Amino acid sequence: MALLEVKDLQVYYGVICALKGISFEVNEGEIVTLIGANGAGKTTTMQSIVGLIPKQSGIVTFGDKDITKTPCHRIVRLGMTQVPEGRRIFQELSVYENLLMGAFTNPDKASFKKDLDAIYTRFPRLAERRNQIAGTLSGGEQQMLAMGRAIMSHPKLLMLDEPSMGLSPLLVNQVFEIIKDINRDGTTVLLVEQNAGKSLAISDRAYVLENGSIVLRGTGIELASSEMVRKAYLGG
Amino acid sequence: MEFLSTLINGLSLGGRYAMIALGYTMVYGIAKMLNFAHGDIIMVGAYTIYIFMAMNQPLIAIIAAIFVCVLFGVLIEKIAYKPLRGASPLAVLITAIGVSYLLQSLAQIIFGSANKMVNGYEFGMVKFLGADIQVSELITLGAATAVMAALTLFVKYTRTGRAMIAVSEDKGAAQLMGINVNKIIMITFAIGSALAALAGLFYLFKSPSVSNNLGAMPGIKAFTAAVIGGIGSIPGAMLGGLLLGIIESVSYKISAIAPYTDAIEFFILIVILLIRPTGFLGKKRREKV
Repeated sequence: MALLEVKDLQVYYGVICALKGISFEVNEGEIVTLIGANGAGKTTTMQSIVGLIPKQSGIVTFGDKDITKTPCHRIVRLGMTQVPEGRRIFQELSVYENLLMGAFTNPDKASFKKDLDAIYTRFPRLAERRNQIAGTLSGGEQQMLAMGRAIMSHPKLLMLDEPSMGLSPLLVNQVFEIIKDINRDGTTVLLVEQNAGKSLAISDRAYVLENGSIVLRGTGIELASSEMVRKAYLGG
Repeated sequence: MEFLSTLINGLSLGGRYAMIALGYTMVYGIAKMLNFAHGDIIMVGAYTIYIFMAMNQPLIAIIAAIFVCVLFGVLIEKIAYKPLRGASPLAVLITAIGVSYLLQSLAQIIFGSANKMVNGYEFGMVKFLGADIQVSELITLGAATAVMAALTLFVKYTRTGRAMIAVSEDKGAAQLMGINVNKIIMITFAIGSALAALAGLFYLFKSPSVSNNLGAMPGIKAFTAAVIGGIGSIPGAMLGGLLLGIIESVSYKISAIAPYTDAIEFFILIVILLIRPTGFLGKKRREKV
């Protein structure tokens, strides 16, 4: 069953058409990836779905709710959140306070404590640095924090925008392992990546985005072996 | 003990500036706009106090002033600024100046152009360590300190307070936490306006006459204080306010330079900005690539 369904989504920046009516869906339990080059419209897709930038036309449904016109903070309350591009953790707050912000939609103290322990077990580095100001963390640690902060809200759908950006190969592997882990625990994942090889390997299905249109779709394996994807995104 | 009385005078004056500067700095930090109508909220508070003091209700006057100022602050945000969310900063700035003149003109139409006297807040003097101190200054200082402490704790330890920090840092990321940014901006205007009402009260302690441009000069000076402290920073506004108060009170005491008090204050602002463009506690934001 489709958890997220996007139909004919169009987004404009002024007069420039960034998304030319794309349609795709993410089914419950899946990992779905959008791959594409810089400027293809991946981040635009992510941000318009969650309500951070306005949609020109099209319909977005989440579960059985039409969220096309729902403001971002309400969408998050419905169980969808996003690890934004560039992580965007709260630099001046401590690691702990960032996680506290992640649980903003759920003020229940007891369940917060439980979630916090779970995050600290999953990300031991964050536990070590719980009182450190987040701006002083390394890039990898900031990415862990951004992911931890996002899952504090118990999303049904977790969207990650370029989580591997700027990380060392070792950390990239770790990030993809964590994504698989989160998915195994029952969270549906929508992933946007430039690292096509790694993301297709963990994806159930994937879409290729080019100049604001979806040009190819299929399972992760199908796309990884497609001539066009190999040429354009896998370096041969 | 000239020194002690000058110091307390400066601190109470500074407490008053800090109350106003906090409004500027919080709105700037969270809504990213300079609310130049903020000073006029002080005037709204002062006229409200005048109305109730004419009925001899000193306590109700204070509560009513806070209530009316909060109402004005929230309505101004909703009617004048909210529709401009995302518009150019210049458009918002011009709107704020327009709101400022609107409030001043409305006050003139309603209350006339002659100053109104507010009597009833006289507390007399006390001897403290050999110095003559006005009780009203001690009240101002005490109340301002308590309010600043409460505000600091509020921002650090409450859900809403932390949401305010999150919004001031990154509106988009804050929304992704489920924070309603419009609501946080409204709360910020409400808090800033309540503090302006208190500033209006403290002002009347010192000089009991109300006019329609009463808020203009304190507003500009408190804005200066906010910039000196680092605009956007709450402790910065407190520090800047107190500093400006002491500077003003000291220069006022030295008769040779007393007529130039305002000039000296703004000169110091210029010097501080030349040396530290972000103010004392302002953030030097790292630009992310």
